[in-house]
Amino acid sequence: MSLDYENDGELHGKLIEEVLAQYPDKFAKRRKKHLSVASDAGTEEIEGAERPVTECDVKSNIKSIPGVMTVRGCAYAGSKGVVWGPIKDMVHISHGPVGCGQYSWSQRRNYYIGKTGIDTFVTMQFTSDFQERDIVFGGDKKLEKIIDEIEDLFPLANGISVQSECPIGLIGDDIEAVSKKKAKEHDTTIVPVRCEGFRGVSQSLGHHIANDAIRDWVFDKKTREVETTPYDVNVIGDYNIGGDAWASRILLEEMGLRVVGNWSGDATLAEVENAVHAKLNLIHCYRSMNYICRHMEEKYGIPWMEYNFFGPSQIAMSLRKIAKHYGPEIEEKAEAVIAKYQPLVDAVIAKYGPRLKGKSVMLYVGGLRPRHVVNAYEDLGMQIAGTGYEFAHNDDYQRTGHYVKKGTLIYDDVTGYELEKFIEAIRPDLVGSGIKEKYPVQKMGIPFRQMHSWDYSGPYHGYDGFAIFARDMDLAINNPVWDLFDAPWTKEAPLAAAAE
Amino acid sequence: MGKLRQIAFYGKGGIGKSTTSQNTLAALVDLGQKILIVGCDPKADSTRLILNTKMQDTVLSLAAEAGSVEDLELEDVLKVGYKGIKCTESGGPEPGVGCAGRGVITAINFLEENGAYDDVDYVSYDVLGDVVCGGFAMPIRENKAQEIYIVMSGEMMALYAANNIAKGILKYAHSGGVRLGGLICNERQTDKELELAEALAARLNTKLIHFVPRDNIVQHAELRRQTVIEYAPDSQQAAEYRELARKIHENSGKGTIPTPITMEELEEMLLEFGIMKTEEQQLAELQAKEAAKAAAAAQ
Repeated sequence: MSLDYENDGELHGKLIEEVLAQYPDKFAKRRKKHLSVASDAGTEEIEGAERPVTECDVKSNIKSIPGVMTVRGCAYAGSKGVVWGPIKDMVHISHGPVGCGQYSWSQRRNYYIGKTGIDTFVTMQFTSDFQERDIVFGGDKKLEKIIDEIEDLFPLANGISVQSECPIGLIGDDIEAVSKKKAKEHDTTIVPVRCEGFRGVSQSLGHHIANDAIRDWVFDKKTREVETTPYDVNVIGDYNIGGDAWASRILLEEMGLRVVGNWSGDATLAEVENAVHAKLNLIHCYRSMNYICRHMEEKYGIPWMEYNFFGPSQIAMSLRKIAKHYGPEIEEKAEAVIAKYQPLVDAVIAKYGPRLKGKSVMLYVGGLRPRHVVNAYEDLGMQIAGTGYEFAHNDDYQRTGHYVKKGTLIYDDVTGYELEKFIEAIRPDLVGSGIKEKYPVQKMGIPFRQMHSWDYSGPYHGYDGFAIFARDMDLAINNPVWDLFDAPWTKEAPLAAAAE
Repeated sequence: MGKLRQIAFYGKGGIGKSTTSQNTLAALVDLGQKILIVGCDPKADSTRLILNTKMQDTVLSLAAEAGSVEDLELEDVLKVGYKGIKCTESGGPEPGVGCAGRGVITAINFLEENGAYDDVDYVSYDVLGDVVCGGFAMPIRENKAQEIYIVMSGEMMALYAANNIAKGILKYAHSGGVRLGGLICNERQTDKELELAEALAARLNTKLIHFVPRDNIVQHAELRRQTVIEYAPDSQQAAEYRELARKIHENSGKGTIPTPITMEELEEMLLEFGIMKTEEQQLAELQAKEAAKAAAAAQ
């Protein structure tokens, strides 16, 4: 399955030294801890777990330094943008001044089924549009009014969440009291979320706060008869970007499982409420939703399991791992699923493999994909030269060791300067990162794909997603536009020579 | 019209800032000064004695009704009281909600932009309690009050608050040029009050500008929503306020950069004046008390 190669660790080590040399001493000392080259993992066996290939530990999840052009988000982005926003039959109020909601409107491409504005609201923007008056006198009355209006205008909304922007915490509005009062009055679910942007060091704390809000304001609030089977699973941490969750769900259903909830892409509030009745939690985005999985394990005894649906080798491995939990019957079906899609996989690799083989990639994404997509590239014969996370924690870097090869450049909360220098020196064949990196990288003459939003494409999960992923990478790398990158006058001029 | 002079009264809550400032300003009018009072307290009681009634139309309450401050006219919020003193109140939220500090900033900006400061000799800010946040520091920031007068007494917490306010002034003294005008001691009849006030003034690199004796007539006037100047112009207390007004008027440009002291230094000072007892003293007293009790029990 995975490719056998090693990166030029010596060169990467030198690059780290070079960028650090440009910083003032104090700053260099701090940044040094966030940069590393993947090394041999050592040989001791870890009981009950697969041994990682490499060791990639760096310091992570601490405050960025002002002036470094970090691309991190805030707690509000983590809660409203990532966790809560995709829950489709709820109205999510961006509570505070208009900007936070307006400029993050519909950025995550969470697909869903429903009639927008009637029974689903994901692509709509609701804000309390704070004015000076609301700051001075408090925004609680306004929040009450908004909730009343939402109840009036959107009777099919099944609930409301209040996503706090910074000023809410600064002026100390009591959104919990308003939520309780209005929830009772309208007999609906209203969830106050204390995800003020100034809290924590990145969007990561927002994920945690959002998870906690589900625990405290959604679980065990309604009594409902739920029909269950032994094969009920929740898919946790799939946000259905470009349809990812749909491409995943079919595989799980084909192997005989019953997906009773998908968090939170294309999710309904009921799915979230009923999650506690499932028998197994399958977690894709570990970083943003491990908290709620741990809680469900502790309180409801639901085991959880990480999986990876990027690329055929990881998909097959994950399907087998999940099936093993259920025993021979499901395992047999899992094998059938893998066999069924093998021709598709072969065709994709046959078509794109020769065009992509040996191409190198640098990644810089959020909290999961910098490791999760590694094998998908390798399945196409591509190599990962460097990878890093915006807001990962220690446990993410430990997990990264299972994916990347020796000598891979590792960068945590990378600065604008560092990333540019690394790309310039390594000159990979592709960079996968976000919108802020896209145009500078392309101007350097290097192909680019956005790996947060799938660059307006997708899905990339599952076998169907792999086909699209392969096509998109080929589109980026082998685009004829790159042949036009050099200015005509810097090339040998055969026409002019001929004219002489 | 001379150059506009801006002053502010700060001090611990309940110390008598509003009473002192209004009496002083009423006296200042008699010196021929045109005055504007800007109340920076959500309770909006900084102008009650001048207007003989509580100000109803605060900047922020009207702004909230109208939608925003841009919808207000200056005339809506400016009222004229005793001998032509112009009065305005920032107002603010009810206790426990919103952000009163932001309210002060909004109100002061509105007044400045709309020309409330034209055609007056004095602008006086009366600010709530301690400098709890940036909003309440607004009057001591750039191009606002040139001199701050701290109203205090011989009580521990009043001294503590005065020192804290001096810290706030120091913070802005170099960037904005604000100075400490002096301390005004409102007599509480604590031990060695005058000496203590003078000592603190010396430590803070300022002066005790006036020691206002305690007199019940202030209470009588206040119950009638009047200053002493208006209620009993010939009283001794009125004379005290006139004296204070004269001193403040003559104090123009004589403010200093304060030198606030640490909590420890403040406590040492209290020890020095015998207001706070040392641990040994406390222990000795306790032992004496126990001994007396034991002796009483033995009898």
